[in-house]
Amino acid sequence: MSMLSFERKYRVRGGTLVGGDLFDFWVGPFYVGFFGVSAIFFALLGTILIVYGAAIGPTWNLWQINIAPPDLKYGLKLAPLREGGLWQFITMCAVGAFVSWALREVEIARKLGIGLHVPFAFSVAIFAYVSLEVIRPLLMGAWGNGFPYGIFSHLDWVSNTGYQYLHFHYNPAHMIAVSFFFATTLALSLHGAVILSSSNPKSGTVQTAEHENTYFRDAIGYSIGSLGIHRLGLFLAVSAGFFAAVCILLSGPFWTRGWPEWWGWWLNLSIWS
Amino acid sequence: MAEYQNIFTRVQIDSPMYPGVPLPRGGVWARKGGGFNHLFGRFGDAQIGPFYLGTTGLLSLICGFIAFEIIGLNMFASVHWNPVQFVRQLPWLALEPPAPANGLHIPRLQDGGWWLLAGLFLTSSVLLWWLRMYRRARALGMGTHVAWAFAAAIWLMLVLGIIRPVLMGSFGEAVPFGIFPHLDWVASFSIRYGNLFYNPFHCLSIAFLYGSTLLFAMHAGTILAVSRLGGDRELEQILDRGTAAERAALFWRWTMGFNATMESIHRWAWWFAVLCPLVGGIGILLTGTVVDNWYLWAVKHHVAPMYPHVFAPVIDPATLPGAPK
Repeated sequence: MSMLSFERKYRVRGGTLVGGDLFDFWVGPFYVGFFGVSAIFFALLGTILIVYGAAIGPTWNLWQINIAPPDLKYGLKLAPLREGGLWQFITMCAVGAFVSWALREVEIARKLGIGLHVPFAFSVAIFAYVSLEVIRPLLMGAWGNGFPYGIFSHLDWVSNTGYQYLHFHYNPAHMIAVSFFFATTLALSLHGAVILSSSNPKSGTVQTAEHENTYFRDAIGYSIGSLGIHRLGLFLAVSAGFFAAVCILLSGPFWTRGWPEWWGWWLNLSIWS
Repeated sequence: MAEYQNIFTRVQIDSPMYPGVPLPRGGVWARKGGGFNHLFGRFGDAQIGPFYLGTTGLLSLICGFIAFEIIGLNMFASVHWNPVQFVRQLPWLALEPPAPANGLHIPRLQDGGWWLLAGLFLTSSVLLWWLRMYRRARALGMGTHVAWAFAAAIWLMLVLGIIRPVLMGSFGEAVPFGIFPHLDWVASFSIRYGNLFYNPFHCLSIAFLYGSTLLFAMHAGTILAVSRLGGDRELEQILDRGTAAERAALFWRWTMGFNATMESIHRWAWWFAVLCPLVGGIGILLTGTVVDNWYLWAVKHHVAPMYPHVFAPVIDPATLPGAPK
């Protein structure tokens, strides 16, 4: 059995968004639901298309497999399968799978009677992905502006796209996004560490939330508390993903020159003279 | 809706300030200050302080202040002490390390000596602060996990600022102090060594950076989702599992077939966050010392394909007649 000792009493009917009781069951530890079926459909189809793309491509080297978007000349039209059409179908499958997964999380949260914070946070990550692969290409008028599917090919895309704007570190939204990524990692290390240091103390007696609070009040003058740290963590992580989406949506559709140049407005403010 | 999702605290209790878990007797320093802030209380704990200064804390703050002043005054001097231009150009201003020709000699103050001094005081400040984090944990009888996570970040800082420059034989290899200048350093460092995206340790470091963000979104979202059931009292849930911990575990088990426990999720968190600067530091340390061009390294190891030459070969200007020798 793949059930935890306390699991049986939680496996109840209901909470589904669509389909009623139709797919309201578990397979092993996994909950299925209508969106489990749609998620597995899109994920399988997308994976098969990626493998097919690799099979008709030049290499089976895992690092070098690359499924590129269509050439810019195709604009927003469908491209032939071998010339970016695969990328278009894989992108549709990815969006379908991600959205299904988020809605499946909603169903599971409803079934357990808990909040919807996780699917909300996931939807911000999906927004960042959709920004890169759908919204920005639409705004720029060609699917060829999306990033390719491949381990190092997508890194090449990031590198090349960055240098198209001369120096991407000067993109203000990129600065904010990176700061949020670093801040999230810092906060995560502090939170993980303070819980472990209280539950695995030197003395051997597990300590209380008052020890957590006292430690950070002593050290840095403030402890946000055991509830607040999770609000802060969710805020930081979600902001990182949100500003990552903003920074790439700005680049191209709204700013086409080098990002260092953008800061000219600051140097040219009338207050300096 | 918003109160069920528990994004803000709607009720604030007015109580006397909690002085904190008692410190061991015999110390010279006492906790000082403290108060309440209503807005903080909306989002987290309303209580601010009390603060423990301590010897290492005091020395760390002094060293940090000296480093901050050295950097700021050097930037101020670089705009000829013009306050308007100081503010206007602040993001572009820098305190640069010595020129490459200086090697590992102690430079004159105006030729990078100030940079070396600022680095010395900043490093002292950070190391003293590490000691403080370690000793505060011990004083409360806690484990020292925060200090060791901090040590991973210090490792990355020391690799960038001193260990790699010493291995390369020049302080000029180090990062300048300044907002845009340190970003310029990052970009030119990447280009000089054949694009850092091909550095496998850089790949790992970014994976742990994004992984940490993903983990915190998952963990924080889960805890907030079960906060109605007391899930934010994690230490109690670790010791004595309640329905909050059970539902949190089942959410992930039903979603992805696997779940952490109330304690183990914090081990995942600690390792993801710690490995980000740890492997990042390894990647920087190898760059220029062991590997001169990460793209060619990746081609050699069949990680990256050899791309066709699109442009005519570029002549190295150093090989032209009349170039400085």
